[in-house]
Amino acid sequence: MLQSFKMALRSIWGNKMRSFLTMLGIIIGVGAVIILVSIVNGYMSYMIESFTSMGVNRITVSYVAMPSRSIDVDEFYDFYMENPDLYQQMTPTVSVSATVKHGSDTMDSTSVGGYGEEYLDIMGYGIGAGRSLLYSDMASRQKVAFIGDYVAEELYGSAENAVGETIKINGDAYTVVGVAERQTEDAADFDDGCTDDFVWIPYSRAVKLSRNANITSYTFTSWDTDSTDACTEALESFLYDHLLNENLYTVTAMSSLLDSLNEQIGMMSMMLGGIAGISLLVAGVGVMNIMLVSVTERTREIGIRKALGAKRRVILQQFIIEAAVTSTIGGVIGIIFGSLCSTGIGSLIGIEAPPTVGAVIVSFSVSVGIGLIFGFMPASRASKLSPIDALRSD
Amino acid sequence: MEETGRAPLIELRDIYKIYYMGDEEVHANDGISLTIYKGEFVAIVGKSGSGKSTLMNIIGALDVPTEGEYYLDGQDVSDMTDNELAEIRNNMIGFIFQQYNLLPKMNILENVELPLLYAGMDAVDRRERAMESLDRVGLKEKWKNYPNQLSGGQQQRASIARALAGDPSLILADEPTGALDSKTGREVLDFLKKLNREGNTIVMITHDSGIALEAKRVVRISDGKINFDGDVKDYAAIL
Repeated sequence: MLQSFKMALRSIWGNKMRSFLTMLGIIIGVGAVIILVSIVNGYMSYMIESFTSMGVNRITVSYVAMPSRSIDVDEFYDFYMENPDLYQQMTPTVSVSATVKHGSDTMDSTSVGGYGEEYLDIMGYGIGAGRSLLYSDMASRQKVAFIGDYVAEELYGSAENAVGETIKINGDAYTVVGVAERQTEDAADFDDGCTDDFVWIPYSRAVKLSRNANITSYTFTSWDTDSTDACTEALESFLYDHLLNENLYTVTAMSSLLDSLNEQIGMMSMMLGGIAGISLLVAGVGVMNIMLVSVTERTREIGIRKALGAKRRVILQQFIIEAAVTSTIGGVIGIIFGSLCSTGIGSLIGIEAPPTVGAVIVSFSVSVGIGLIFGFMPASRASKLSPIDALRSD
Repeated sequence: MEETGRAPLIELRDIYKIYYMGDEEVHANDGISLTIYKGEFVAIVGKSGSGKSTLMNIIGALDVPTEGEYYLDGQDVSDMTDNELAEIRNNMIGFIFQQYNLLPKMNILENVELPLLYAGMDAVDRRERAMESLDRVGLKEKWKNYPNQLSGGQQQRASIARALAGDPSLILADEPTGALDSKTGREVLDFLKKLNREGNTIVMITHDSGIALEAKRVVRISDGKINFDGDVKDYAAIL
């Protein structure tokens, strides 16, 4: 057995160019499987991460207000209060397109929105300075603002300096009551449009800015992701009771969105892996081809070995091991090549795409398997050669 | 020295080997009966196409006869399977070929080890036996060389060493001098004679009657039949 491995290695080494070309198919096949699967997986975990940071227990609601039928903010709050076992938090969301200024400084990409007092908890941000928006701000439609750290740094120099200052939103002066803790970890990302580039004002104030009569978007959170379905159903029936038309509202649970996203990416991963798998199959045919050539070329050698007493099994083993060793070496090179490439490509497109253990194991065993399966036919042919015919050939 | 008594090593009884070429039957061996005793040195001589190679294949357990019985040292070889034949070849027969048939990618030590490897001998014994065998043919110093680094005569000696390594009951030499010049051919023949004196049974196939005269007994094949079988002196007389 050990001798067979030595002989296989010697034979592979003796035909370097040919062995390499045979391996090339396997290298590309294995590399492709690893690169594709790793990148899809990297992308998937990136997506999941960004979804999770948005909160998987969130349920967003939006509806279209009709002149005859609409739902008041208070009705949403009443519904929320009636179901404390279902919902943990709730906030109206009013997005406002507005310019943010302080003196002559203008913020271009700052997102401005109106929210309820629980929004800070929903987002899970801490308070860096001052205080958060309060119920009293909502009730009395105070011109107050809670701003992100980036806005504070840009307009006032620091979070502490910002508190108590005024900020102009569409020309109206608001008092900054608090600044959120910095969310962006990487200094390089701390720029326009980053997570810390926001201004929150009371929703009751924002609805005036947006010039709409009704607030049509809300965000609820469930106590845990398992009860998402019950929460969604309760919201849907509440909305239906008021709007009497299923087409006028949508209720979207993050967790179910995440599930379907996972499913899709998983399918994509399988599909791409399958396509790459086909190239492995082609590589296997290449191995078989070369091994057949090798058997034909070495007919005389086989004849000599048989004349000296090699049994069928021994010849079979020799050629199968040779095919398996060829494709295994190819597989290992392919794994190294694929791992380097997927890490490289991953860092190029800005995601973490280390080769997955699964892809490595699968492609390694597939390449060994290919050697065994596609090596079998030529090996079996070699083992069945008659020693007389084999000795006679040149 | 082994006993050269009356124990038959090879017993061929009415051997037929029939090939079909299209519709035509070709009787390569047409009823051959032959007994060879231990310690003999027999030359099987015949023109090409006479059926001597077919006979050699059967004696060498490379092939089985279509009809007839072949006993090698008491074992019926005539209807053995491929694997059984391989075992017989490995244990009992040492081949010497015209073209030496050494494997070019192995050094001569590894070549000589090969039959021992197939016999399942462990690496240390294998090496020891192979080196002894190379010593017998005077190639001990050259064990590291590859076949293409040796002269024709040396290669043939290496192949003799390979044939001897497994300590076979029968040495089967197929035109052993065919690829050699007359001087080295002479050396090989002398070596075979020496082996025979040491008690080895040798069967040599050749088309050259002059070479057949080096044996002790000559069997001549023509058209698949034996038409002479006798002492070398008698054969010399009819030439």
